[in-house]
Amino acid sequence: MPNKYVGKSIKRTEDPRLIKGLAHYVDDIKLPDTLYVAFVRSVYAHAKIKSVDTSEALASPGVVAVYTGADVEKVGPVPCASALPGLKVPDHRVLAKDKVYFVGHPIAAVVATDRYAARDAVDLVMVDYDELPVVTDVEAAGSGGPVIHDGFSDNIAYKMTAGEGDIDGAFVTAERTVKQRILHKRLAPIAIEPRGVLARYFPGEEELTIWSSTQIPHLLRTQLAIMIGIPENKLRVITPEVGGGFGSKLNVYGEEALLGWISMQLNKPAKWIETRRENMQATIHGRGQVGDIEVAFKNDGTVTGLRYNVYADLGAYHQLLTPAIPTLTGLMLSGAYKIPAIQINITACFTNKMATDAYRGAGRPEATYVVERAMDLVAADLKMDPAEVRRKNFPAPNEFPYQTATGLAYDSGDYEAALDKAQGIADYAKLRADQQAARAEGRLIGIGISTYVEICALGPSQAMPAGGWESATVRIEPTGKVTVLTGASPHGQGQETSFAQIAADELGVDLNDVTVIHGDTGVVQYGIGTFGSRATAVGGTAVYVAIQKLKEKAHKIAAHMLQADATRMSFEGGKYSVSAATAAAAGTSEPVVPVGEAPAAALPEPQTEGRTSLTIQEIALAAHLAKELPPDTEPGLSATYFFEPKNFTFPFGTHIAVVEVDRETGDIKFLRYVAVDDCGKVINPLLVHGQIHGGIVQSIGQAMFEEVVYDEQGQLITGTLMDYALPRAGHVPIFELDRTETPSPVNPLGVKGVGEAGTIGATPAIVGAIVDALSPFGVKHLDMPVKPEALWRIINSSH
Amino acid sequence: MKKAINLNVNGVARADEVEPRLLLVHYLREVLGLTGTHVGCETSLCGACTVMLDGQAVKSCTMFAVQVDGGEVKTIEGFASNGDLHPVQEGFWERHGLQCGYCTPGMIVTAAQLLDRNANPTREEICHGLEGNLCRCTGYQHIIEAVEYAAAKTAGK
Repeated sequence: MPNKYVGKSIKRTEDPRLIKGLAHYVDDIKLPDTLYVAFVRSVYAHAKIKSVDTSEALASPGVVAVYTGADVEKVGPVPCASALPGLKVPDHRVLAKDKVYFVGHPIAAVVATDRYAARDAVDLVMVDYDELPVVTDVEAAGSGGPVIHDGFSDNIAYKMTAGEGDIDGAFVTAERTVKQRILHKRLAPIAIEPRGVLARYFPGEEELTIWSSTQIPHLLRTQLAIMIGIPENKLRVITPEVGGGFGSKLNVYGEEALLGWISMQLNKPAKWIETRRENMQATIHGRGQVGDIEVAFKNDGTVTGLRYNVYADLGAYHQLLTPAIPTLTGLMLSGAYKIPAIQINITACFTNKMATDAYRGAGRPEATYVVERAMDLVAADLKMDPAEVRRKNFPAPNEFPYQTATGLAYDSGDYEAALDKAQGIADYAKLRADQQAARAEGRLIGIGISTYVEICALGPSQAMPAGGWESATVRIEPTGKVTVLTGASPHGQGQETSFAQIAADELGVDLNDVTVIHGDTGVVQYGIGTFGSRATAVGGTAVYVAIQKLKEKAHKIAAHMLQADATRMSFEGGKYSVSAATAAAAGTSEPVVPVGEAPAAALPEPQTEGRTSLTIQEIALAAHLAKELPPDTEPGLSATYFFEPKNFTFPFGTHIAVVEVDRETGDIKFLRYVAVDDCGKVINPLLVHGQIHGGIVQSIGQAMFEEVVYDEQGQLITGTLMDYALPRAGHVPIFELDRTETPSPVNPLGVKGVGEAGTIGATPAIVGAIVDALSPFGVKHLDMPVKPEALWRIINSSH
Repeated sequence: MKKAINLNVNGVARADEVEPRLLLVHYLREVLGLTGTHVGCETSLCGACTVMLDGQAVKSCTMFAVQVDGGEVKTIEGFASNGDLHPVQEGFWERHGLQCGYCTPGMIVTAAQLLDRNANPTREEICHGLEGNLCRCTGYQHIIEAVEYAAAKTAGK
């Protein structure tokens, strides 16, 4: 039977509450007697704290308490989940005590009866600093100079060399080589809802509930239990509506532990809502790499070796995954190509800045940018078409699973099909001809191509710091309603809809009969969370398999109730029926409980006399009443499954950007944007398009607007949204999207993941297009963000 | 020193004593409990706090409640009437104009004003009208389509 929901553009079930303004984000939750917390944060990037005087703040109206580093020593350190050989791990306390290490480093927490009083008192806390030399440049940090953390010999957190193949040999025997230095500037994730925490301690029950805007409620509970020192089963983390994350809420922050601890000290609810300025200063940043690419290749464009020497700017401390991000870059350096020898040399350094960590793509956009820029450089060097260089280096579809020189096995792919399709949509040959004609008229038109591959569905637990599986419980309630509990914790991706689509089709029930519950450790079995484009591929699969388990049980009960041979019964359209021949003989009968409607209030036992079929909802009621079950059958109709993926998935695609650069102003305008993405099987095309649009626009931000800027003193210059430029509606092109569909063999749904594809695939296409537009001026590379001023200078310095 | 204000919010007359420095957004959210209006940047740059004041879309994070004395405010909670969604709300739902939903109330208010002023806007005019509102999830394409849907719906197309 064809799917009724899966594969269809179903509009989202979570939307009504959001478009009416009736949803609840953390700050929308009100508890009586709530205290408000505001933080005193360092104004210096590196300084000794000589003293902190809280007396005036404590005397301020409404102030209940002020805590400093010395008061909170019992709260454990902010955790880092990455374990790399020889990794230096600084002691990361929730409040600074003797030294501050970056602008925004929290020094004291002011607690007051309302948020204005708390904010007032922040200005009354007197911190006496002794400034220290500041380290902001990552290469300088790795090459001697002042050491940031006492007790370490230098600022190098770790060094790592990875990759396989004879890299030295590749360069010795290379017919040609190119080199290019490239920058991946620091970016700010900027979820429009900043972070926020509400904590409520129940002194009688000795239980603590923490509402936090997070992507990982269960991992957060485990870590906060350790930090605060409360039994994990006395701590409940609730993730209400989350206003965007992009990796910035895939973390455990000091503020989250502190708020819980403060509520326990004062026996009252305590709330902290991050301001945007705090968000810019003290929520993780992304990217932050300075590297050199070297490519070895043959005269025909075959790439034989790729080396990437990179300095990774980790910031002052490790957050949850900080050191791991550059290693992801190393894993994905083969891109969509057969490169026999690959080497990454990482020097990861501490600097006096906020920590970098996972921002949408998390190390993979860096890798894709490196490889795709490399392909463009090879093409420019050989005067080949950049599409043809790529095509030459693709593994063929029959070479999958494809083993890379970075140690990965790509699950499935047909890279050429996506490239062909994108070139077809773009009418590539004509584009190139039009470009030539336009150049003859003096217009600067550029075409950029990216044929990316990314790593998704994170991931096998072997490769993950804290488990890579995902969980689901599916149960059919006595009234026939279906409840799905998922350990994934979506925050805008729409899994309340897409998981309901899976459940409704698999159970043959109405979509509106399914409710997907997530983000509450008191209700949902342990889960890992939503990040790494994993929720559908891993969490959705858990839902799917749990349903199969549930149906096995329902099948047995149905056979028992109808006194039929289970092997002669089938499930279709939500009903278990005795096989067609038998059913025809007995005549058909309507179910007592129509699909989608509740049974009568008294919950009558389903009648089976004369029936040849039962709905799964009737079976659920019978299983609940447990009067007529097969021997040795547990009452109830519910199943839980923890899905452990055997491999990652590897979505891919081709993006083609066409831009025009204005000779007079250097302004960059999109003429076309074509994206053909392959994320495996698609549950809901509408949601997939939404993910791709959003991802590409974050790429546009990185390519053309965004960079976190610290000055030499470590002051954050881009401290507000006035200074940190995000893409706005007028900046985006009209997207021309299509897809190819190569199912993943890694999970039974065949899905791969799509949350980060746009952010990973698009930047090289955009930068490539701008470089191509400026190629008449001899330009072979430009660093992001490519701004009109830089282009204007190039255009105007050459005549 | 609190100051008395009288205003109309979503058709309901309100009279309150407020601190002069209380921001309009905090008045709406904390005093009236209308938490559909969000705070995203406190500097009027992101537009999450946009509400209608006397028929004009304003950023409620950079206005004081006392400035609104005598005024008429419409927040996102006032857009659906008798259970029927406003055409812009409907457009956002139909065209997947939202993901995390945090910017959405402000976007809907701004889009509604845009259509009040220009019932049949071009794509460029829509983009220009939404310049004061940031969305980090959708990439704007579906938001633009949502506004186009609302325009067509209102025109009876």
